[in-house]
Amino acid sequence: MKNKISSKNLLSRRQFLDFCRKAVPTGLLLVTAGAGRAGGPGHSVADPASAGGEGQGTLRPFGMAIDIRKCIGCGRCVNACKIENNVPREPLYFRTWVERYILPAEGEPKVDSPNGGLDGFPEIAESNSVLKSFFVPKLCNHCANPPCVQVCPVGATFQSPDGVVLVDQKYCVGCRYCIQACPYGARYLHPEKLTADKCTFCYHRIKKDLLPACVEVCPTQARVFGEIGSHSSPLWRFIRANATTILKAELNTRPNVFYAGASSEVR
Amino acid sequence: MIFTKLNAKGKWLLNRFNIPRQTIALGLLFGILVVVFLAGRALFVPRSFGLYGHYRGDAIKDNESLAIQFAGSTACADCHADIFDLKAGSFHANVACEVCHGAAADHIADPGKMKQSAPRERGLCPLCHNYNPARPTGFPQIITDRHNPGKPCMKCHNPHDPKPPSVPAGCNECHRAIANQLAVSPHAALDCTICHDVPETHKISPRQNRPGKPNNNNFCGRCHAKPADTSTNAPPAAELIPTHRVEIKTHAGRYLCWECHYPHHPEAGP
Repeated sequence: MKNKISSKNLLSRRQFLDFCRKAVPTGLLLVTAGAGRAGGPGHSVADPASAGGEGQGTLRPFGMAIDIRKCIGCGRCVNACKIENNVPREPLYFRTWVERYILPAEGEPKVDSPNGGLDGFPEIAESNSVLKSFFVPKLCNHCANPPCVQVCPVGATFQSPDGVVLVDQKYCVGCRYCIQACPYGARYLHPEKLTADKCTFCYHRIKKDLLPACVEVCPTQARVFGEIGSHSSPLWRFIRANATTILKAELNTRPNVFYAGASSEVR
Repeated sequence: MIFTKLNAKGKWLLNRFNIPRQTIALGLLFGILVVVFLAGRALFVPRSFGLYGHYRGDAIKDNESLAIQFAGSTACADCHADIFDLKAGSFHANVACEVCHGAAADHIADPGKMKQSAPRERGLCPLCHNYNPARPTGFPQIITDRHNPGKPCMKCHNPHDPKPPSVPAGCNECHRAIANQLAVSPHAALDCTICHDVPETHKISPRQNRPGKPNNNNFCGRCHAKPADTSTNAPPAAELIPTHRVEIKTHAGRYLCWECHYPHHPEAGP
């Protein structure tokens, strides 16, 4: 008797299957439409090429160019960065640092960066075999396709609408995944705050129309800062006038830091 | 108590729709879980999360609101105009005050309380000027150990107006990067003085006697105008391939040629 009642009130198997046939495509349609709306503006921000075209609400990404031919390795940028951003003075904590490349006449190039170049560089030991030597300032490349943002489990590191990769100091749990993921070694764990820390292009300065501290103090103008794609920006003018390269292009991180005069050994 | 109520309700549902009691209990449990999840989510996820992307939107403001330490290159000029002007005309024109004197935001906020450091000892200048083979050719360097050992640099050199020991012989001694670029460009055959009129005094005090740049598009037009436009016939004009010729009057509008094209490296394009 119970069976009879249930077959009357419950859906028949045919009805149920018919309902599923209609519900599944409808659900899929709704989900993709929602994802399309959420993903749309985020994508255009990350992609500087489409940022210009879509107009409303999108900002041009910030970028930096570094002229290796002008860098004298004085380390004033490292010093200024540490003061401006409260980076610990002791070694191994840097938002920006200067590397010295020494290319011997034969063999592998040597790279050194004693204390990030903060106190200058010692003399080169075997100076008679040196073919070429130059300085390369390094910093966060503010990738348009950042691996550190991808791996952050809590959404504490992110790309701002103007293309700067920032860290949310209140939200970071200090798991160090992003430090591992960064192919440029641009991140460190702040020993007091116990959160990930990195170059922000001095976000608090650039939003007040000041230059980043390292650009401000560079005595030879080896660093150029500005908006990417804006014809009036000093950065874009520099990129037009100089052949520039990016670091580790094969990783498809699409860095927003450009190097002029970098030989193939620089990576 | 819940279960007795559940039983009563269950009986009603059981009679009406014939839904088993276990299903109703599971349904209720599931409903409670959903409510707890939604409440917890509202409680723990910050309000601005997801405003711009998968992060806390307010974190942008947090990053923006940090305090400034370096005041910027022009802030010093308001009070120290004399030194600023002296430096602006010297070889150190592009060296910001804060490179040697330290971050100045606190000093500008309260000049009486915070004094800037003025390094007078020998330590600071060699950071830039000590000999290092990695430094670019042409950058003035000394071997600190042999260059008047023990004497403070300021005894002989004024850091706000340093003077080179000898007058530079040619343009490339100071403008090395431009010279290197020009040497491999199609403009390599052009002497600097064809485009720049360089006063002889520029070599002695470069910033007070700046060389001129072409301020008229007809100057570039001497070679790059369409043949009909060429009033003067500069020698290389005939050899230029046609793609490098434009209607000077209509091509640039209100811009000067070199505002878009870089004459030391013209193939870079606009």
